[in-house]
Amino acid sequence: MQNSLKTFALSLVGLFVVGGLWTFLSLNVAPDLPSPWRTWQESKIYVLNPWEKRGEMDQGIGLMTAYSLFRVAKGFFLAIAIGTPLGFLLGASPTFFKMFDPTIQLLRPISPLAWLPLGLILFRQSEPAALFTIALCSMWPTVINTMTGVRAIPQDYLNVARVLRLSPWKQFTKVWLPATLPYMFTGYRLSLGIAWLVIVAAEMLTGTPGVGGFLWQEYNSLIYSHILLSILTIGVVGFTLDRMMGFAENKLRTV
Amino acid sequence: MSFIELHDVGKSYGVRNVLSGVNLTLEEGEFVSIVGASASGKTTLLKAAAGLILPDKGTITMGGEKVTDFSREASFIFQNYSLLPWLSAYENVRLAVEATFTDWSKKQHQEQAEKYLQMVGLGAAMRKRPNQLSGGMRQRVAIARAFATEPRVMFLDEPFGALDALTRGTLQQELSTLCRAAGRPVTALMITNNVDEAILLSDRILALSRGPGATLSPAVPVNLSRPRASDLLLHDEQAVRVRNRLAEFLSAGSDRNRSKPRPDLQAIAKEIPVEA
Ligand SMILES: Nc1ncnc2c1ncn2[C@@H]1O[C@H](COP(=O)(O)OP(=O)(O)OP(=O)(O)O)[C@@H](O)[C@H]1O
Ligand SMILES: [Mg+2]
Repeated sequence: MQNSLKTFALSLVGLFVVGGLWTFLSLNVAPDLPSPWRTWQESKIYVLNPWEKRGEMDQGIGLMTAYSLFRVAKGFFLAIAIGTPLGFLLGASPTFFKMFDPTIQLLRPISPLAWLPLGLILFRQSEPAALFTIALCSMWPTVINTMTGVRAIPQDYLNVARVLRLSPWKQFTKVWLPATLPYMFTGYRLSLGIAWLVIVAAEMLTGTPGVGGFLWQEYNSLIYSHILLSILTIGVVGFTLDRMMGFAENKLRTV
Repeated sequence: MSFIELHDVGKSYGVRNVLSGVNLTLEEGEFVSIVGASASGKTTLLKAAAGLILPDKGTITMGGEKVTDFSREASFIFQNYSLLPWLSAYENVRLAVEATFTDWSKKQHQEQAEKYLQMVGLGAAMRKRPNQLSGGMRQRVAIARAFATEPRVMFLDEPFGALDALTRGTLQQELSTLCRAAGRPVTALMITNNVDEAILLSDRILALSRGPGATLSPAVPVNLSRPRASDLLLHDEQAVRVRNRLAEFLSAGSDRNRSKPRPDLQAIAKEIPVEA
């Protein structure tokens, strides 16, 4: 208890240090950068009325976040729906692994900024192109972690499956799946993090309503405090998502 | 022809020759034990006999047929229990029952699993996960799981290896009772590093020499009436004779590697079991 209180106090101190640095920069180095106070003054209308819709790109921060989250959710589920079985196949079959691993290694480091134009050509609409990009970029941690998990199933459990003469379906549901689940969730957590990174880029390029789209529009209108608002929102939401997935992951590990 | 026959079996892992020229026969309903030092190849021998690993050399038959896979009529108790940690004790046993008796009803599966868990005294702890059970309790679950499938053949790899002497004694008696109460002949091949345990449970005992290239000694028969009481066996003449014979084999086996220290039986019997 004492300890966690101390940790909390220290993290507040860290926050104040960064806030101080921000104020210092805005006052002395970069006059265009709004100070924390000015940022709050100019963007409180978005924060205090988070669900207000004034125009296509002029909406409360809650609505903007919700659009982005919804988009991320769709892309993320697409990613894990493809990534999980792919990971299982790669982990279980050496032949499959040899066949596709080089290709995957090649696709993995490609930036979302590179995929998006391809998606736009393929789908001719910004929404599916964004989903395509999110799924393609965020899939890999799920694929790799699931594969690692399958490979790491202890020989003992596989022996049990064999000695008990489990049917292939039972083997999958009672041995393979539960043994791989913690690894899968580590993959999901990392994938969700990437999906959230990608959404901002995707919205900026496609100009769709959402936190990223808002950020880009306010940049074009030269309202810098709204950019800062967007950045803070992106950080807070990303942090919350990661914590939620981390919580689920820990739950699974203790099983 | 005997029920299970191993003829001139050899197995190597890469350059490491673990077993060579192993011969062994088991009659139906017989309980045979193999004693040997740690890392001499006992687990390898048992897995080969059960069809879990294929030998490089020699033949293994069960009921006259060549063993190529784990038999439908067999059970295996692994050295480290090998319970599935995400299932409760009851679910672990039921999984085995369901997979074996596929034509039974759900209720029959439940009853069978519960019956065997109660037999090993785990009726109250059935819903617990393996990590909530003590080592002895996990061992009981493993035994219940093995017997609940009503096997004709049992392969047991140091089934009481990680237990204290007291729990060991109780479970040994339970195993002995289960084997006799099965109402059909149960053939068992057990690995142990405890000679007294072997004497208590077996009809015949063989010693596996220290590797590499471990071989089996001739069998030492144990002609003691059952049920046997472990405290009486300590001074029983016949038991003492068996112990001495095995000690001879185990030390003779080391003559081929004179540089290595001679394994003496006391040390082997007391050896702290190593988790595989
Ligand atoms: N899958 C494997 N790959 C390579 N070497 C192995 C493998 N399994 C066993 N060995 C080696 O074969 C030897 C015999 O192993 P085994 O497990 O049969 O010994 P053991 O007599 O059962 O020992 P313990 O009493 O410690 O259980 C050991 O030296 C071990 O390192
Ligand atoms: Mg062993």
